[in-house]
Formats: sequence, C-alpha cells, structure tokens
Amino acid sequence: MEKSGSIDSLGSKQSSSRQPSVDSLSSTSTSRSDRSSHAKPLSALSSDSVSTSTEFSPELRGRAKVDAKVLRDSNKLAQEEPQLLPKETVQETAKDITYICPFLGAIRGTVTVTNYRLFFKCTDRDPAFVLDLPLGVISRVEKIGGASSRGEVSYGLVCKDIRNLRFAHKQPEDSLKKSIFEVLMKYAFPVSNSMHLFAFEYGQIFPENGWKVYDALSEYKRQGIPNESWRITKVNDQYELCDTYPATLVVPVNIPDEELKRVAAFRAKGRIPVLSWIHPESQATVTRCSQPMVGVNGKRSKEDEKYLQAIMDANAQSHKLFIFDARPSVNAAANKASMKGGGYESEDAYQNAELVFLDIHNIHVMRESLRKLKEVVYPNIEESHWLSNLESTHWLEHIKLILAGALRIADKVESGKTSVVVHCSDGWDRTAQLTSLAMLMLDGHYRTIRGFQVLLEKEWLSFGHRFQLRIGHGDKNHTDADRSPVFVQFIDCVWQMTRQFPAAFEFNEYFLITILDHLYSCLFGTFLCNSEQQRVKDDLPKRTVSLWSYINSQVEDFMNPMYVNYSNHVLFPVVSMRHLELWVGYYIRWNPRMRPQEPLHQRYKELLAKRAELQKRVEELQREVTNRSVSSSSERAGSPTRSITPVQTFV
Amino acid sequence: MLSLGSAGGKSTKPSFVSYVTPEEINITDIDASRREKHPNLLPGEVVFCSASPILKSSQEDASQRGISGTLFCTNFRISFITDEVSSEEVAVLFKNKLYGENDIPLTFVDLIYAGYDEKKKLITRGQVKNKYPPKIIIHCKDLRVFQFSLTFAKEEEARKIFQGIVHHSLEPKSLKCIFAFSYCENTSSSPEIQRKQRTVMFNTAADWTEEMMRTKGNCKLVTDNENFGISQKLAQFFIVPSFVSEEDLPKCQGRGIPIWCWTHHSGCALFKTASLPLTEDDSESQALKSYMERMLNAVAQNHLYSVKTEELSETLPSIQDIQQSYNKFKQFFLIDGTTEFWLSDVKWFSSLENSGWLDIIRQCLHKSVEIVECLEKENTNVLIMEEEGSDLCCVISSLVQLMLDPYYRTLTGFQSLVQKEWVAGGHNFLDRCNHLHHKEKELQSPVFLLFLECVWQLLQQHGPAFQFTETYLTVLSDSVHVAVFSTFLFSSPFQRVTTMKAGSPQTQRGPLNFPTVWDWSLQFNCKAQDLFTNPLYSESPKQNKAMRRPFHAKHQRQLSLPNTTYKPSPKKGFFKEETENLKKMLRGKRISRWMQSTEFIQASTREFYESWSRRPLDYHGLILPCLDGPAIRLWMQRYLRWIPEVQIFGGGPVALLNKLADLLGEVQELRAQLDLQACHTDLTHQRAVSLPRTSARPTNAFPFASSRTWGLRPTIPTCLLQRLMITGNLANADDEVTEAFADVV
Repeated sequence: MEKSGSIDSLGSKQSSSRQPSVDSLSSTSTSRSDRSSHAKPLSALSSDSVSTSTEFSPELRGRAKVDAKVLRDSNKLAQEEPQLLPKETVQETAKDITYICPFLGAIRGTVTVTNYRLFFKCTDRDPAFVLDLPLGVISRVEKIGGASSRGEVSYGLVCKDIRNLRFAHKQPEDSLKKSIFEVLMKYAFPVSNSMHLFAFEYGQIFPENGWKVYDALSEYKRQGIPNESWRITKVNDQYELCDTYPATLVVPVNIPDEELKRVAAFRAKGRIPVLSWIHPESQATVTRCSQPMVGVNGKRSKEDEKYLQAIMDANAQSHKLFIFDARPSVNAAANKASMKGGGYESEDAYQNAELVFLDIHNIHVMRESLRKLKEVVYPNIEESHWLSNLESTHWLEHIKLILAGALRIADKVESGKTSVVVHCSDGWDRTAQLTSLAMLMLDGHYRTIRGFQVLLEKEWLSFGHRFQLRIGHGDKNHTDADRSPVFVQFIDCVWQMTRQFPAAFEFNEYFLITILDHLYSCLFGTFLCNSEQQRVKDDLPKRTVSLWSYINSQVEDFMNPMYVNYSNHVLFPVVSMRHLELWVGYYIRWNPRMRPQEPLHQRYKELLAKRAELQKRVEELQREVTNRSVSSSSERAGSPTRSITPVQTFV
Repeated sequence: MLSLGSAGGKSTKPSFVSYVTPEEINITDIDASRREKHPNLLPGEVVFCSASPILKSSQEDASQRGISGTLFCTNFRISFITDEVSSEEVAVLFKNKLYGENDIPLTFVDLIYAGYDEKKKLITRGQVKNKYPPKIIIHCKDLRVFQFSLTFAKEEEARKIFQGIVHHSLEPKSLKCIFAFSYCENTSSSPEIQRKQRTVMFNTAADWTEEMMRTKGNCKLVTDNENFGISQKLAQFFIVPSFVSEEDLPKCQGRGIPIWCWTHHSGCALFKTASLPLTEDDSESQALKSYMERMLNAVAQNHLYSVKTEELSETLPSIQDIQQSYNKFKQFFLIDGTTEFWLSDVKWFSSLENSGWLDIIRQCLHKSVEIVECLEKENTNVLIMEEEGSDLCCVISSLVQLMLDPYYRTLTGFQSLVQKEWVAGGHNFLDRCNHLHHKEKELQSPVFLLFLECVWQLLQQHGPAFQFTETYLTVLSDSVHVAVFSTFLFSSPFQRVTTMKAGSPQTQRGPLNFPTVWDWSLQFNCKAQDLFTNPLYSESPKQNKAMRRPFHAKHQRQLSLPNTTYKPSPKKGFFKEETENLKKMLRGKRISRWMQSTEFIQASTREFYESWSRRPLDYHGLILPCLDGPAIRLWMQRYLRWIPEVQIFGGGPVALLNKLADLLGEVQELRAQLDLQACHTDLTHQRAVSLPRTSARPTNAFPFASSRTWGLRPTIPTCLLQRLMITGNLANADDEVTEAFADVV
C-alpha cells in the first residue's frame, strides 16, 4: 500500500466519515480512483461506497489537494464512464440527459447504466459534476407527464435513501427506441425481472472474509454459555422447529427438546423464547420470542408457562420476570381477536411475571412517519416551521419510544437484576430493535466495530428480521405494505446513542451511514434474504461478498478517533426529546447547505496522527540512545550528535 | 397487571428516597453551634438576616428529600448553608469564588413564588405583609430553581428572612445600593493585574486609534466628547467618517452621527447610529433631513461613494419582542419536577418553535450575514441604525465583526469586542438587565444574551475558529448578573464615568475602582479558567506577526468571486427620501444595493453563503453561519445544565473533552520526551492538561452542576404513556399484512 496513507488519506477519507460532505466524495473518488489504477483492487469499491453517500462533486472544499491529482489524471477524468467494479458491465449510455438538481438547477450530461449503478456525469461544469448511485436504492421509476412542448420527457426516480432524482431528455425520434430509463427499470428491479441481484455477480476478493465475523457458538461462549442454567440446543439444526430462527439456540437447561416443540406450537411462527444475552455477574437474561397464541378465548399452554418459569429460575437473583411487549396495549389486545389468534401473556397464567407494554407502533406507522419526514427534509427545509414540521412527522417520537423501551429493559437487567422476555407480534421487528439496543447499552463489546457486526448478525440476521421484505431488494412493487424502515430506525437509535456518548463507540458516523447505504445497494450479500435458512439455502457466503469483508479490510476509515474503551460501563441514554435530534448527516445529507464545513473528527485524527508520529520518533531515539550507550558508555550526556528537527504541533 | 411507566421510575429508586416526611425531622437535634454557621462573606458584604432550620428541597433530587440548614440574606446574596457535615468535600473543579452552588446573588433572582401545598403564587413587590408562606421558590436568571421550606424556622426569623429576601431582590433600589459599591470600597484595587493579555477597554483615545490602525481605517477620532459635551449617550472617544464636519457633531445630541465600528480590508466600513427623532415641524424636519444627508454623504465618501443603510427596527424584532420571547422560552427550563418535565417533553419541538427564540436568533444572524455580504462582496459602506443605536446595533455590529475578523474570535479579541461595541457602545445594561428592579419592565430585555446565543451558534458550527469555549459563553452569560463588576452595571458611558468619578460618598477616597468582569481570577481559579479555552482552536500560524497578513492573502481569492449583478429595485424604508437625494447627488458614481425586496435579499444571501461554502475552509478568514432549520440549535449547556432528567452519565461533550485532554497530554508528554531525549536527561512525567480523574462519571452538565446527588439509575420517562395518538388503519393494522391475507385464503 502507499506509504502516504496516514496523513494524506486522512484528509480525503476522513472528511466523509464524520458526515459525508461534498468534499468527501469527490476528493475520495478522485483520489481513490486515481490510486486504483496502479494499486489495490479495493479502491474501486471504496470510491463507490463513498459516492453512494454523496452526490455533489463540484462543491468541493480542500480542492487544492485534489486538483493536483486531477491534473495528473485528467485523461481519466475526462472519461464519461464510471470506474467499474469486477463483473460490472455497461448496459447503456445516453447523451444529452438533463438532471434537474433541486439545489443546482438543470445540469446536462451523460447517463450510463450498468448492471449495478446509474452514473451521471456532466463535464461542462468545473469541476465535473458526478452522480453515482447503486440501482438498489431506487424504489420506483416513473415517467412524469407526457412529452413537454419542447419535446422532452421526464422521469422521476424515487430512492430509498431519502432523495428523489429527476431527469429529462428529448423524446427519441424513433418512437420504438426505449428511453434509457426504461432500460434502467430492468436492472433496477432484477428480482421482478427474474434476474440475479448484482451481489451474486460481484466477486471482489478482500483480505478478510466477513462471513466469518459471526459464529454463534463462539459468541455464546463469550457470554459464558453454556453454563449450569442454559444450554445450546441443536433442535433447530435443520430449521424444523422454527424456519425463521437460527440453527443454534440457547434455552434453559431443564427444558428438553421435546418440550420446546410444544412451546413452539403456542408461540407465533414457532418463535419460542430463547436467550439473547446474559449478564456476566447477575445472570439476569434478555430473552426474545413472538407473541403467545392466546386468542379470543384466552388459551393457555402449560409448557409455555413452565418454560417462562424456567427462564426466571435460571436467575437466582430475582424472583420475578418482566415481559416486555413492544406493542401498544390496544394493538396487543386486538391481536387476540385477529385471524391468527395472538395476544399477550396474562399475569394469572404466568406467576411472578409482570407484563409491560412499550407502546411502539407497527411497521406501517413507521413507514408513514419516514415518508412524512422525507417530505419535510427533501429537497428543501422550511426554515421557520422546521421544528413543528419535524414534530408532525413523529419520527423522533418513535425513536424516543424505542430507546425508552430498550432503556427500561436494560435497567431491569442491570439495576433490577431481573430477567426479561421481549416480544412484539412476530418478534422480528420491534423485538430486534429492543434487544439489540438493550444489549448495546449493557455490553461494551457490541460497541466495538466487530462487536457491532456480531450484534447485527445475531439479533437481526440470524433471528430473521425480514430484510428482503422490509427493503424489497430488486423488487419493483414499491407499494408493498411489508416494506418498512425498521432497520433504519434502529441505526438511527444507535446514532442517537453515539451522540450522547461520543467516546463510547469504536465506530464513527460514517460506519453507520455505510451500513445503511449497503442495506440498499445490493452489492453485498449481507442484507439479502429473510432468514438464516434462506441464506444457507441460497449459499450466500459462497456466492456473495459480505459487507464486513469490505469494512474490516479498511477498518481505519470507520474508527472513532475519540473512542475510549469503557467496556464495563453500562450506558443509559437520556430518552428525552431534549436530547434527541434529527440525524442531519443521514437524512439531510443531499442538501449541500447542510454539510458541515469540516468534520471535527478531522482535527481529532490529526491529533492522533501527531501522537503516532511522536511515538515513533521517541522510540527511534530511544533505540539510538541504547545503541549509543552500549557502544560507548563513556560518551558524555547532553551532546546530541544529530540535530533533531523540532516537531511542530498545533497544540 | 399493567405496569405503567411511572412504576419503573421513582418508587423503586433506592437510597435516594427518604420516606421521612418533613414533619418527622427532628428539629431539636440541630445544635446551637451549627446555627452560628456563616457564609464566607465577601469584602463589604453584610448579613441582613438569617433563619434556621430551613429545609432546602433541591431540584437536582427528584425525591423530595430536603437538606436542612440556615438561610441568610446579605447585601449580595441569598445564601443557604447546610447543617450536614460535608463529608464529601468534593473538590469542585468549577467553583465560583463569589457565589457557591447554594448562593443566589440578589441580582440573579428572577421570580419568587410562594409555595403552598399544591400550588404556587407569584410574589410581586409591595404585597408582602406580616404573613409568610410555608415555602419559598426562587427562579434564578441562570435558570436554577431553589425551594426553601420555612415551616420549621422560628416564626420571627422566618418572617424576617422572607421579607428580607423579597425586599432585597424585588423592591426597586438605587444604583448605589448595588453590591459592587460596597465591594470595591472594601477591596484594594489591582488594576494592572491582567495587563499582559490585555483586553482593550476602549476608554482612551489611544485604544480607538490603535483599533483603527489595526483595521487600516481612515476615519477620524473625535475627542470633543471627553466631558460629554456632544452627547451623554456616546462614549468619551469615538470615531466618525473623516467627512463629518466638526460643526455637525453637537447638533442632535449625538443622534445621527455615524459611529465607526470596523473597517473592512477593502476600505469600506461599518457604522452605527441612533435614529433621528421624528418631528412634525416642517422647517425642523427639513433641517434634520439635510443633516442626515450630510451624514450619509460622509459615510459614502469613506469608500468609493457607496453606502447602504439599514434600519434594524424595520426587519428585526423589537426589544420587547425579544423579552417576551425569552420569557416564554426560559419557562421550558425552569422545571419544578419530573412529572412536569416529561409532560413538556411530548410537545418539546413545537413549544421551542412557539417561543420564537430560535427564530429571533436566526433573524439576527441572517441580518448580520446580509451586512457581511455588503462589506465583503460589494465593498459598500454600511450604516446600521435603530432607535437608540445601542441594542440591536450592538448585536449586529459585533456579529458582523466576529464573522469577518478572526481577531475577535480569540479570547481577548472577543472581550475587546464586547468592550468596544457594548460597553463603550453604550448598551443600557442597567435597564436591560433590570439590576435595580424598576417598575418599567418594558426596558428589560435580554439583548446581550441574544448576542451570546448567536455567538454560540457560530461557535457550534465552526468550533475550531474560536479560541474560547461554550463554557466561557455560559459563564459570561451568568456574569452579566453578578453585581460586582462594572462592565455590565451602567446604562451609558456617561453614567459609568460620572459614577466612578464621584467616588464614594462615605470614604472620600477618590474615584471608585470597580473590577471588570474580564478579570476572571475574581471568579475562578486557573484550572477552572482552562475550561475557557478551546483545545481544538486552530491557531493561526502567523498570529504573532502581523494580524492582518493572512487576511490580505485571503482577500485576493475573494475578489475573484463572480459578482452577481443586481438591478436596483424599488426601495422602501425610513430613508427613502434621503437616499433619493443622495442618489441624485452621487449620480454617475457607484451606488450600491439599497433597500431591496426581501425575497431578493434572501436569494442573494443564500447565494453568498453557497459561494462561500464552496471555497476552502479557512478558520482565519470569513466564517458564515448556516441558517437552515436544523442548523440553529438549542444551547444545551446553558439551558439544560441544572435539570437532572437530562443528565447523561458518562456522556455528553465532556467525554470528548476528557479524551482530548488525555491526547493533548500525551502529545505534550511525548514532545517533552523528545526534547529530553535530545539531551539525555531523565524523563519527568508532566501532564499538560488534566481534568480531575474522579471515580464519578461526569455528565453533560459539566462543569456546572455536580452529579453527586444524582442516582446512577436511568431516568425512565414517566409520561411516555401520553401515547402517541396515532390512530387509523395503519396503526391498527398488524405487522404482517400479507400473512394475514394468506391466512384468509
């Protein structure tokens, strides 16, 4: 690798990490694509990932640095084609397309559609304007109106990442010739067109295999499982007990596999209570499941009651069990009468259990809330009514309820030393949000970069959050009611926590944004499919690349320079609206006015680099000193033979 | 069955809840020796009355536990001395030497309530009779809330202390009764102490001349007002455009005279003035008009025959609007209890918006950006004016200078700016802060606080451009109300000078020598003062040489900016006719942008901001604030520091500060090692910056409220079940729509 790494790349890369700013992307993409030509295979990808999060190359700050490179590589930049990834092929190119930018106005340029991305470039402007987005973020393509008087047709691209793009071009003279945007539809929605997602083509090799990040057994071992109260069962090895659960499950020791099956019959979709996390000292546990199938008649299940008793008994510190039902009580009650006959645990049936409703709304309410939020933030923000507009979306209120729920769970486990059972209806949306956030508060391991990956792999992916359905990868059916930003909401909650505890997380904001970008990009296999079973069936670890392969291969980009390892600290965030704020760096990142001038992390990083440099120097000197004292111990002290250039610090 | 939200909160709180009702507290137990406890009196401080035992129920303790002690009322403060043996003499890092955490300087008192069982009643002056309420609730200007229970004190004492407190903190008084007078009579002044890093006071002709030279201005100094012969509103020394004639100066009691604020490197300058009086008399108004014409002409001739006037009261809120808005706004932070806190949390954003405070901040910043644009891009002289010329004029002129001139973003530079624009600029601190509790409430308005708010917005957007921190600003905002310093005490330079000259009537010792607020050692020790400087300040490499040099270099680039062409549009406003005349007069010469339609200005300002933000960031050049909705934020440190519910344990900005301090320490240590290695000596470990390494985790209230009485349990919202009232099909639907369908089929 280039030696320049530390400082030089600092400027360009780091700026994107704090909040992707204008500069970040173009500086990164230019400098990186520049490097890619003579070095690593990595670079093409990284330039890509950055450009997903950034749109405006022209307004770039710190241009001077990049300019040099631009000059050197002027030939390459003049090209109108993107730097292609392995197996990425150009499908179609069209000139004279107008991109109607809500911030800069109409820009004329060339559109290239590949099997992975849409690439728009305008070379007339100085510096060139580039728009580079993975097709996966496109939710819908619509033709807007008929041909205008000037003979132009216009297309709107609604994106999953809080932006809409609008293009226009001349009506093709040959009426049979398809518009490039019609072509785009085919590649943007491969699933609807019986094609493979690009993730299955992309064959980038990374130094590290991200599919190996999570291993259920070693994660449970880290937690001290199995122990005298909890055992690992292989009853779901073939996904027969529950097809949305992972193969490896942790259950109370004294419940045999046979009984688990009877408990499964009483829980929606067979999602029985299983252990997510155990407190290293008090042995209080976080367990998760789906709703009990109580129904209108208040059905009971002896096995289920016994099972919850066993969970309680596994923790000697408390004679109580808290059941957190994520739903509003009204909805939980309504579930009883529903076709499925769900409901909630009655405290008569479950002795010593206390049921608490957390009032978190369902996926449809969340989808609607995010839709409203998009209206408020994109493309323009109404200045004087910003706060009441924001309030009317309820987005932050939902965030508050989710965080408050997780906080109560963490508090019961940590301060109350009591075990908790968490469920919603099916236990794969709100439940995943709550258990993973509570675990993030309780266990510092999950606040590291690798620990967080484990957390996602475990609580979200292996326990069957239905990513395919909630995101709709490659599916043109944008009105699908199963789509919902549940995972985005979770990442938002994590971001809120990083705001409140700026030194407690090993990762930075760019890490979270990168995860969200690749949630949609379909470049990696990580967020494909709905369950572990499907992933195994589709052989994803063999056929696709994991997002963690990419991230862990250049992990320094995602590090929080201010991280202090408080591994044994429990974090209790404040869930008051006073401390919650809209994640501008994600939701409003397309607005060039909302970009920060310079990320503060930049300065922290400079400081870290300075420290490293000094450290090295001191070591060198020390070595020199020892060498010298060995060679001639009589040499007089205080006569430096070599002049040492003073190090300039800005401190 | 259902555990409601509240169950998790209070009732299970261990050890912090005292189940003892106040009645059960053994009063006789308080021994006599403790009653003689005394506050550590400042020089010149006298105790008026005291009462004990008084029970203080603190805001920081959600449980209603009280602390018993003695309440004193002195000529400086209301002071509560606890009986409890202070077992934990926690080394408070940020201890104020003048007043402690249980002290309320009389000038801090905002409102006093009489507390009865369930309700509270606002106490207004003059209504205090012989009765006294069981509880007294004090809201302070620094947003602390105190509750003292008088029930257990002797009746006589309780009545006296109640009346004393109400009298001394609410009744109108004369200036001489302000504590600063008795304080400075009893202290020996040491005025030369802080001369090394000097804050320019702008009370001598030399200060002004120097400032004009620093900015390369070409205006002239006026010394005729040394004995306030021209105006009692204006400073003893001030600077006007060179073309203002000597005869014109005394004409209108100082009104209409363009007072120089600052010169841009292009040569154009910023001036401010008090508006001319309106008159019915024709001939008089004719005279005023021609007078104003001459003044405008003088301003225009300062640079390239261009001038833009800006009547601030036309576009910005009045000082009464500001006061009203702030009154609404501050209520959100004077919170009486947990229940109230969580109730108000639900509508937090819309409440904030309804107060209008953030919008006023935005407007001030916006106006300042407009003026910066005139100076920076159009190189036009600007004259800002308003009724008195010393309220919003001060806000805007100081903000403009902060954005344009990096010198003012240093600590001493900022203090000099406050001296220049606010103190010498004649801001009526006395009435705006209502130090004397006058009845005319309409004079009261937190204009200076509004300025600090705007500065905070700039600071949080461009941290490394400022040498000082938000802690500094918060402390400064408190210090305005500490009646020890002369800085914020007077209504005008005239009052300041005459009062100080008159000296003390009792001792005849000659001129009084009040301390200034800039002598921070009076309030904080060195360690605490360290928190005023920003460790991430990007120091200018050339700062020690010419202050102006980097500025010039930058200027080249800025000139190459594409100038937008603008067409003069029909103007409106106060100076319509004057400008018309001037236009005629200056025909053929360059006339710059006059009053424009607001949309035009908005669009143009937006463009100005965008073209600025495209340029490389230079912390030592122009900085502009982003004004879009989410960019204007709440000054959390100032407003939330006393509220226990919002304290993040182990979190908040202090977590970064700690890490940063460690890093800086390490870097410096390594440097030291390097130096030492070079000369073969032993290493000594010296930490440069060190914050206290206490076991207690600091909270985001750092460095203000101490967290020792707060529990380590999280605050669970109690009013969560003020449920989100979302109804309708979506809310009632189940998560699995398609599944449900499948089941039907």
